[in-house]
Amino acid sequence: MSEIPAELRYASSHEWAKNDDGTVTVGITEHAQDAMGDLVYVELPEVGQVVAAGDEAGVVESVKAASDIYAPVSGEVVAINEALEDEPELVNNAPYEGGWLFKIQLSDESELDSLLTADQYQAQIDSE
Amino acid sequence: MSETQLIFQLSQPGRSAVSQAPKPVADDKLSAIPAHLRRKQKPGLPEVSELQVVRHYTNLSSKNFAIDKQFYPLGSCTMKYNPRGANRAAMLPGFLNRHPLAPESHSQGFLSCMFELQNFLKEVTGMKGVSLAPMAGAQGEFAGVAMIRAYHEARGDDARTEILIPEAAHGTNPATAVMCGYKVREVPVGKDGDVDLEALKQACGPQTAGLMMTNPSTCGVFERQIEAIAKTVHEAGGLLYYDGANLNAILGKVRPGDMGFDVIHMNLHKTFATPHGGGGPGAGPVGVSERLLPYLPTPMAGQRDDGSYHWVDTDTLTTSIGHMSAFMGNAGVLLRAYFYARSLGREGMIRVGEYSTLAANYLLKRLEAVGCTAAYPERRASHEFILTFAKEAKEWGVTAMDIAKRLLDYNQHAPTTYFPLLVPECFLIEPTETETKEALDAFVDAMAAILDEARNQPETVKEAPFTQPVRRLDDVKAARELDLTWSE
Amino acid sequence: MPYIPHTPDDVRAMLDAIGADSIEDLFDEIPAHLKAAGKLDALPEGLSEMEVTRLMNDRAAQDAGAVSFIGAGAYQHHIPAAVWEIATRGEFYTAYTPYQAEASQGTLQVIYEFQTLMTRLTAMDVSNASVYDGASGLAEAVLMSLRANRKSKSRKVLVPNALNPRYTAATNAIVENQNVALQRVDFDVASGQTPLDALQGFEGQDYAALVISQPNYFGSLEEVDALTDWAHASGMLVIAVVNPTSLALLTPPGEWGTQGADIVVGEGQPLGVPLSSGGPYFGFMCCKQKHVRQMPGRIIGRTVDLEGKQGFTLTLQAREQHIRRSKATSNICTNQGLAMTAATIYTSLLGPDGLASVAGHCHANTQALADKLTAIDGVERAFSAPTFHEVVLTLPKPANQVLAALAEKDVLGGVSLANDYGMVSPKLENAILVNATEVHSDADLDLFAAALKEVLA
Repeated sequence: MSEIPAELRYASSHEWAKNDDGTVTVGITEHAQDAMGDLVYVELPEVGQVVAAGDEAGVVESVKAASDIYAPVSGEVVAINEALEDEPELVNNAPYEGGWLFKIQLSDESELDSLLTADQYQAQIDSE
Repeated sequence: MSETQLIFQLSQPGRSAVSQAPKPVADDKLSAIPAHLRRKQKPGLPEVSELQVVRHYTNLSSKNFAIDKQFYPLGSCTMKYNPRGANRAAMLPGFLNRHPLAPESHSQGFLSCMFELQNFLKEVTGMKGVSLAPMAGAQGEFAGVAMIRAYHEARGDDARTEILIPEAAHGTNPATAVMCGYKVREVPVGKDGDVDLEALKQACGPQTAGLMMTNPSTCGVFERQIEAIAKTVHEAGGLLYYDGANLNAILGKVRPGDMGFDVIHMNLHKTFATPHGGGGPGAGPVGVSERLLPYLPTPMAGQRDDGSYHWVDTDTLTTSIGHMSAFMGNAGVLLRAYFYARSLGREGMIRVGEYSTLAANYLLKRLEAVGCTAAYPERRASHEFILTFAKEAKEWGVTAMDIAKRLLDYNQHAPTTYFPLLVPECFLIEPTETETKEALDAFVDAMAAILDEARNQPETVKEAPFTQPVRRLDDVKAARELDLTWSE
Repeated sequence: MPYIPHTPDDVRAMLDAIGADSIEDLFDEIPAHLKAAGKLDALPEGLSEMEVTRLMNDRAAQDAGAVSFIGAGAYQHHIPAAVWEIATRGEFYTAYTPYQAEASQGTLQVIYEFQTLMTRLTAMDVSNASVYDGASGLAEAVLMSLRANRKSKSRKVLVPNALNPRYTAATNAIVENQNVALQRVDFDVASGQTPLDALQGFEGQDYAALVISQPNYFGSLEEVDALTDWAHASGMLVIAVVNPTSLALLTPPGEWGTQGADIVVGEGQPLGVPLSSGGPYFGFMCCKQKHVRQMPGRIIGRTVDLEGKQGFTLTLQAREQHIRRSKATSNICTNQGLAMTAATIYTSLLGPDGLASVAGHCHANTQALADKLTAIDGVERAFSAPTFHEVVLTLPKPANQVLAALAEKDVLGGVSLANDYGMVSPKLENAILVNATEVHSDADLDLFAAALKEVLA
């Protein structure tokens, strides 16, 4: 069973989101990194880029697969995890900590409510 | 087998394969080239002797599997025997030395071969026109979808923005549709391997430019509802594209033109036995129905009333989608296919479909008998079929990839693995018509032995191969720490 | 049965194993009225190997015997005997794409060596395993430049009018479906070069890239440093289109201007691949390291196996169609493996000095040819710029007519510029593009001069 922290919110496309006073940190779930296998490259958005919820905002690649990352909420990208350029394996090793992808300055707080709770996300995985 | 050094590691300053190049040119003969445009340092190419080069590349060649050495049952790749006679004919000096822009007066021999090849392909596929211009299957796909686009545009029908593709399709299909400026909509495939017709009906509409499909499909079965599919797409105003990847299965038995397809591409490096060359060159001619004739890519070979041959190009066929290459495509591959078509003739072409299908169905039955699981057990195999090792993976931890690698130790090339994507842990197996029954039986014996190993000593399978020049390679390191060129 | 090994006994045994009465039964899922029986009457009877060989011998012989001075993107060179003897060994000739790396180390190492050779010739960081040909390679480079130039939102690229028109046509046919536009840049009718002046009008406008051809279609050498610096200062990438033979003598694109070209493509045919009516050739494609993920086509990397031993494998596959499907960098699956193998062997045999010697002879012979032809009354060099191994000559009569008369004498005297450039300048109505390489002897050059003199008399 993969870890699904209760305090985070989730997109059905397997991103997690963590809100700290309007700055939302985004990553992919442990379940998602496990399905991908060893990551070899992470493509991130540019700082300053404005994204809408559901927009493509990056790509994670393993040897045999590539998967788009979608912004779970709308807003401006204010930080990216530059360590991933040299160490994409951080996403495999610590998907909820050192393997975060980017941070978005939230433009509409209510969007968080439409994301899945940990229980709902668990239910989605179970039904896949 | 020992590690082979790189050609660069054999290099010694001042050594050369002297007889291979003309004598050096005096520097004053180069004085017309301004100094600031001249290279400052000579390029770091290897400095080696002729024997070193011959030995190095001969040794490297021995590290390859090849049809000339092994059974090569790669599904969807049609690894049949490549006749040596075709190679010799294509390398006749008159063909090799002919410049692509030579005038028609000095091209009649070549043009006659191309004109006849166009006609053979037209006949055997039931299409109304053929262009040999595309240089590979993927480029044939591109030309085909570009023609669909040109057709709709010429009618002012610019609301058509979508290409429909069954979910089991080759990756080139969606990639091609995007290169032609279309959006892709996938159509589900049913449990029996046929397209979900109801879902297709839902997906079709005024936005549908066309449907791309392979028949027999990538599930290794003949699409039985093909006429209903054609009707559905045509009634929605879309066109039907035939991906010729699996043409070998039906060559001489069913013609795509008769099934209702408007445009097809053929892979001559599959169906017409031209070599794969370690990954190319191929040739991907396209055939079309009446309504797409104006858009065929150029140049094509034509014949005048007096029997002489000429090029047909965009100056006369102004509606053509244009050129796919600088010249006329992979001429040398086309000559090999011409040789093959002439040596088969009508009866030989019919036998291709018959005997490739016989071999596949025989191999499937024998493999099932030794414990392999067919993905579509109720269906006839076409020229290929799918096995799934989902059970083996779950029970013994041995994956399709492990079994593929272990086959190499039995001197059998692995089938296509993990394609189509919708069947878990799968092999796509295509034996072709040119393998003996003994070769097919040897493959069955190898598979039986490997299944036995998977059950009793799974580590042997999981760590395979053991007999190849290298053991299993670290793909993750290759992608994370890119090393794409040699440096001293 | 040609190429089919089954005896009647084999067929019976196989049908028994399947549980079918006849081969026709295996097609019982196909609706009967769709079957092709009786519809193939126009196909001829099969022939024996001897018969097809005789037939094709006769056809090939019809096209042989002329002395050719046609270049225009495909060039005659001496090809060492070893090149195709080795390339057509069954182990290279009949192998598939190296997806099973452990069973394909031969092909994979050849590609890795090829990638290294091409980066050294072009002075670039990385190379792919080749694409179909030079012209379609340029189309791929144009699409790649749109992805790689993140500063630009443009779907337009500047293309010199002095680029081989066949490249422009093929590139346009491939990219126009994605709403990509090629904006032409004029050349100077006196020099035959693309001057900076012609670019001034585009300054401050958004284009993803500038294409620079060295030499250009006319054989003229461009001032590549100035053009490259202009493009970079204008926020564009530089796509170089180069002849690989010339790179033994000319500044490699990686050293053009202050930063070098960003993407390099070209026709690989001069490196050991015969003219063979236009193909199979191969296109080479190199780029700067930072753009490698935007490059289409197969790429090989060096890695280790589980015992730590060196090995080669396909890498960066997530760019490609079999994984990325509709989001792939291109739909391309193959490289031109066999032609690329031949080029690797050719380049290794020649080495840096041998290739420079070939390039030097090409240049010197073309100069000598131009001197001999311009000694004829009314024949002049069309342009003043220095050239590599092709040159444009103006004639006192229409070019198409002169070339036809030469062909009757079995001299293929180059390519007419009338159709492609006649509207640019009247003098080009009567212009031909001629080429000589190391294969042309002095006697060949004299033959051309004598024939042209007769035709113009």
